[in-house]
Formats: sequence, structure tokens, C-alpha cells
Amino acid sequence: MIQIINYGLGNLGSVQNMLKRINITSVIVKSPKDLVPEKIILPGVGSFDTGMQNLLNDGWIEALNEKVYKDKVPVLGICLGMQLMTNRSDEGHLAGLGWIDGEVLKFQGNGLKIPHMGWNIVRPSTEDVSILRSDKSELRFYFVHSYFVSVKNHSDQLGVTRYGNDFTSVFRRENIYGVQFHPEKSHKFGMMLLKNFASVKC
Amino acid sequence: MLTKRIIPCLDIKDGRTVKGVNFINIRDAGDPVELGAAYAKQGADELVFLDISATNEQRKTLAHLVKEIARHINIPFTVGGGISSVADVAPLLEAGADKVSVNSSAVKNPKLIDELSKSFGSQCIVLAIDARKIDNQWTVHTHGGRNPTDKKLFTWAKEGQERGAGEILFTSMDHDGTKNGFANDPLEKLHRLLTIPIVASGGAGNMGHFIDAFLLGKADAALAASIFHFGEIKIPDLKLFLHERNINVRL
Repeated sequence: MIQIINYGLGNLGSVQNMLKRINITSVIVKSPKDLVPEKIILPGVGSFDTGMQNLLNDGWIEALNEKVYKDKVPVLGICLGMQLMTNRSDEGHLAGLGWIDGEVLKFQGNGLKIPHMGWNIVRPSTEDVSILRSDKSELRFYFVHSYFVSVKNHSDQLGVTRYGNDFTSVFRRENIYGVQFHPEKSHKFGMMLLKNFASVKC
Repeated sequence: MLTKRIIPCLDIKDGRTVKGVNFINIRDAGDPVELGAAYAKQGADELVFLDISATNEQRKTLAHLVKEIARHINIPFTVGGGISSVADVAPLLEAGADKVSVNSSAVKNPKLIDELSKSFGSQCIVLAIDARKIDNQWTVHTHGGRNPTDKKLFTWAKEGQERGAGEILFTSMDHDGTKNGFANDPLEKLHRLLTIPIVASGGAGNMGHFIDAFLLGKADAALAASIFHFGEIKIPDLKLFLHERNINVRL
């Protein structure tokens, strides 16, 4: 069972629909007191400060910290959800969750169209491909974002994507996972990734 | 590298697709859900659903339809048609749409773009612009191209970007339906002028036209309707054709 966090931001229905397609039971959790020690997805579409503010207002942070650090529950951040797991963002003033050492930076011009919108390649950057496990040689996912994550420790980086320069499109530290793209919109590869996350051992 | 996107567009009226659809293995060619799913399976990168229903009453069925579409389609999709307020957009995004497009209502009330992008983020606000050349000026039209306005394509597109639109969907009315190719000159000019992605629309007649839109027009995505609906161009063939000519696409 996977718990999808509803903190007022993000396309929860699409995530749940995608999980349904691959026969994975999920539940949308509206209140931190309803959290149980099971897998968690932190989705998110919107701005960094709105995301953090909603997590603060609704009392999510303590509950999530407990699940992530004490119960070691596997947690997957999607798009803004991934960015919130870092220390800070160019997009806002509030501190992030700080689960992964890193920061969120804005894409810089040089003819780059912003947002980075569309299908792009993710290249695994470690031998342990983890949630990027696939029998395909090239992994393509759907991205929509204007800010990207820069991790402090290279060992946390699981996948990179090139847009202007390479950026961290997938990270992992122990039970904490984040993806910048939208697996729920990425058709076959999205199903593969979510299946992989669902089969991660607790 | 980011791939160029191929986007079929479906016109919806009273919850059904209009315009003929000529598709193998489709039971009900009028069902937008089934048609959209078929395109997704064929390799469409995104879908656009344009509601052309005449009245607001008929439009209320749209949120329900969007929910159905989202349940069956796992690629991004845009919904447009008759959107004129923040209140119109919220139920569509909640129902599972990834982006909404605005056209006439944004021309009438440009602040709408600011309000929508502030409420929902630029990434889900598409500014659709219909324009045709009048006295050598690309003139913006509204209401499905019926009404000319005093706005010009390039200044309006730039203003749209500054107000927070995340993407421009430019339809050349001079090219739409001609099957003679996309409007590559103004597309290229938009590309130089803007920093947000541009979707080319209007004029697709053969696979070479898509090459031109990407190489000459520098478009980030190309949208078409009838050539896909009637099976004149099949998306897997188009993708392969583009790939073989070194256009980066998702195969």
C-alpha cells in the first residue's frame, strides 16, 4: 500500500490513477494523524514556499520526519515534492525539509526555453539503478519545471538529465527518493518506475 | 536532450469529439476517452482537448469528462475552450488536466493570465493565439477566428509570456486547413522573441511539414488534428520519419 500525501498541491488523482493501472493499492492521506508506517509519495505542482507553508500549516513535517527517520519508510518525492526534500530553493524563502543535502536552482537562459517542458532522457549515474531499473537502454520521462535540484553529495544522485547542463533528475539516500519528472504522466517508463518503487523493500 | 513533441488535438462538443475520425481498432470514434487513449498508445507526446460547446451549461459536463480522460490516459493533456476565470480552471486541474489553454478571454482580459499563473503556476497555463496576416501584420483573432482584434501576434505573445503564460500555442489561420505546411516564418520569429516553449499549429499536410516546423520554425512542439484523425499520417510513422532525419523525438 502506498500513501499519497494531500497537502493541497499537486495532481493526486493522476498519481493514484497510475498506481491503479499497475495494480498497486494507494490511499490519499489528508491529515498527518492518519499516516501509518507504509510507503509514502509526496507529489506536488506549485511553488516552493506554498508547498512548505502548507506542510507547516497542516502539521505534516513532524509526522513525515518520524516516518522517514524513525520508521525508515520509503518515500518518493515527485517534482515539487522532490524539491521540498532539499535544504532551500531559489524560488522561495522558507527552509526545505532538509532530508537531502542540496538546493533548488533556477534554470539560466542561454537560449534555454523555460519551463523545461516535455520528454527527456534520464541517465542512471550509479551502478545501483534502484528505481530506475529497466530492460530499456534509454529512459524517457515527462518533465515540467523551471527549477532543478543540485545535490551536495554526488553519492545521493541516482539519475541525471541534460537541459543546458546536466542536473540531478533522480536522487536517493537510503529510504528517501526523489524524481524531478512526472512518472504519473510518463506512460510506460512511468509505470516501470512506480512499480520499482512499489517493490522497494521496507 | 529534450524531444520535440507531437500533439494531436481533439475538438469536443457536448462531451463528444467532433470532426470525423478514421481510426482502426476504435469502437466509438466519438468517444474522446477512447480516442485519446489510442493516441497515447501510438506515441502521442501530449493531447489537447478543445471544448467548442456553445453554452456554459453544456460546458459543465467538461470537468466530468476530464476526470474520465485522466483515468485512462497517462500522458499530459491540455484542456481549453471557454475558460475565463480562476474558478473555471480549478475544477479542470482537480479533475486531472495538466494544463489549460486560454484564448479569447485572455485577449479581452489580459490580467487573467497573471491570475491563472499566480494561482496554478506558469507551467499549466497555455496562451493560445489565433492570428492571420492583414496588411502585412499578424493580427490576433478571437472567438474561433471570427473576430479580428487590435492586438498583434508578436507583442501579444511577448505580453503573454511576461504575464506568466508557460507556453504559446500559435495557430496561423492563414495556414490552418490548407495542408501546405506550418507558418514557419512567424514561428521562427516567436522563437527568437520568447523564452517559453512554442507549439506550432495549423497547416500540417505531410510529414515533411513537421520537419520544417522544427528546423525552420524552431517550434518546440507541433499540433495537428485532421491528418491524425483521418489516419493520413500515423504517429508511429511520423516519429520514425523524424527520428531518421535526426529530429530528436520520443520513440
